[in-house]
Amino acid sequence: MDDTAIKIENLTFFYPSEEEGQAPEDVLSGVDLTVEKGSFTAILGHNGSGKSTLARHLNALLLPKGGSVTVFGMDTRDEELTLEIRRRVGMVFQNPDNQIVSNVVEEDVAFAPENLGIPTPEIRTRVDEALKTVGMYEFRTHAPHLLSGGQKQRIAIAGVLAMRPKCVVFDEPTAMLDPQGRRDVMRIIGRMKKELGTTVILITHHMEEAAMADRVVVMSDGQIAMDGAPGEVFTRVEELEALGLTVPDTVKLMWELRQKGVDVPLDTLDVEECAKALAEHFKKK
Amino acid sequence: MNEPILKTENLTHVYSPGTPFEMTALNGVDLEIRKGEILGIIGHTGSGKSTLIQHLNALIKPTSGRVLLEGRDINESKSAIRQARSRVGLVFQYPEYQLFEETVYKDIAFGPKNMKLSPEEIDRRVREAAGFVGVEELLDRSPFDLSGGQKRRVAIAGVIAMMPEVLVLDEPMAGLDPGGCREIMDNILSYHDKTGAAVVVVTHSMEEAARRADRMVVLNHGTVAMSGAPEEIFARGDELRKMGLAAPVMTELSQRLRALGVELPGTVYTVEQMAAALLELEGGRGRA
Ligand SMILES: Nc1ncnc2c1ncn2[C@@H]1O[C@H](COP(=O)(O)OP(=O)(O)O)[C@@H](O)[C@H]1O
Ligand SMILES: Nc1ncnc2c1ncn2[C@@H]1O[C@H](COP(=O)(O)OP(=O)(O)O)[C@@H](O)[C@H]1O
Ligand SMILES: [Mg+2]
Ligand SMILES: [Mg+2]
Repeated sequence: MDDTAIKIENLTFFYPSEEEGQAPEDVLSGVDLTVEKGSFTAILGHNGSGKSTLARHLNALLLPKGGSVTVFGMDTRDEELTLEIRRRVGMVFQNPDNQIVSNVVEEDVAFAPENLGIPTPEIRTRVDEALKTVGMYEFRTHAPHLLSGGQKQRIAIAGVLAMRPKCVVFDEPTAMLDPQGRRDVMRIIGRMKKELGTTVILITHHMEEAAMADRVVVMSDGQIAMDGAPGEVFTRVEELEALGLTVPDTVKLMWELRQKGVDVPLDTLDVEECAKALAEHFKKK
Repeated sequence: MNEPILKTENLTHVYSPGTPFEMTALNGVDLEIRKGEILGIIGHTGSGKSTLIQHLNALIKPTSGRVLLEGRDINESKSAIRQARSRVGLVFQYPEYQLFEETVYKDIAFGPKNMKLSPEEIDRRVREAAGFVGVEELLDRSPFDLSGGQKRRVAIAGVIAMMPEVLVLDEPMAGLDPGGCREIMDNILSYHDKTGAAVVVVTHSMEEAARRADRMVVLNHGTVAMSGAPEEIFARGDELRKMGLAAPVMTELSQRLRALGVELPGTVYTVEQMAAALLELEGGRGRA
């Protein structure tokens, strides 16, 4: 029971209809999801499937129209808890430019904890710590707008980490980054889970990133369409493709080979595993 | 090999020269775009990709060096600039933020109207361009009611409607879901296949770039670090990684397989190529 970070029960949500007299359409309908503390969950889904809407429910930026969202035992509908919920659950968005608020990196990182009323000496420690975690400590006195997209995104993540959240929701954090920027963000996520025990929710279109999670949840039209370990979800190639998604290239390759009758395993999520499995098959006499 | 249509010669661009923010974004870039080819341009953020392609239709001017459209300097005169603007079509990054008309039709018609074409010709081009990107059904809708992927396709149609001989796109797939990426890529390829236009795609996605590019150019800190056929570029995975890039997953896999003693023929950088190579091996095994 205490292991639960997030509990979503029968969550329904709609945005107000733009045209008068028209009934608004459900953007989320009947979502149930329980996320364990310290776990790393990836959320996939076509554009418009409701991923960002779901994410915004996790720190009370949006409130349920039906059902409930409970984070670390706190019901998001309880307004008295909103501040505490935002302190526990941080959000990182796609566009780093929209998340930078100050002209100096360390001031930027201090912004959120300052807003939460944390005492100044404590903020100093937290800011330094957060900047070290994301590997941007040497840049603490730089101007954020002169940094690369990937570096800006790491600053945005440091800003969230400085609040010492128990859970961080990343909404397509790598969509605007180059491969190096993406690798850096994924490495930071790995550290947060392992070293800080943070519960991580990662929304992404990159299957290779989702394959690193403990669990993959697939959304389609406001509902959960698939839910399981990456090795299980990504082997359902045709189902995923029908939902407008793909699988990691290594799985796709194995799937193509199996279609042609080659007896290789399907669940090779990374290059190393895939190479091993193929070598074993092709070196057998 | 086709002759070049567009060239940059020793192209250098300095932002904010003479200020503390002076920034040399491009430094002596020689680039050649050949008639009818698909050219992929890759490079880390800040390597100068967007700066480079904005030179290709005279949106920004070189600090030094030249841009030549069939041998003629595109910044030479007003009429040369006008020519470059209609023959070289540029799709910006996140172009959907630049839609502004009340209907999709009007948005697509904006470019051809500026070219002072007849109303019949404008109408024909709008419908044709809409066809290329699959938004014929949406012409009467407001662009603001569309999904992100649809908006982006409308924005691309607006450039296609000018029927450019060189279509240049700045990270056209960024931020889209896999289905949206595939659609955009297919749209671009269908324009290329049906019109024979040259296509320049700036991208981070090595797999996507690899799929159809005839040639690739790698930018690094404002200079051309590599250029050649995709298989030549991707064979240099370690260098790519040092430049903040990545080799396609299949290239990495083929390197590992060779290290493990699996004999693969030739260079492999797409899933289709890898599957074909391995099936050949499997066939050989079957007969042995
Ligand atoms: N602020 C908003 N107002 C009205 N509709 C919205 C708003 N945000 C999202 N939507 C709609 O809700 C649906 C789900 O959107 P979203 O949660 O952003 O999906 P995803 O993140 O999976 O792309 C889409 O149809 C989208 O157009
Ligand atoms: N309008 C501008 N003013 C000043 N510097 C700029 C401007 N646009 C780009 N730069 C700088 O020029 C360099 C190259 O940028 P850009 O061409 O956008 O690269 P890319 O598209 O490869 O990310 C970067 O260092 C960037 O910060
Ligand atoms: Mg979203
Ligand atoms: Mg750019």
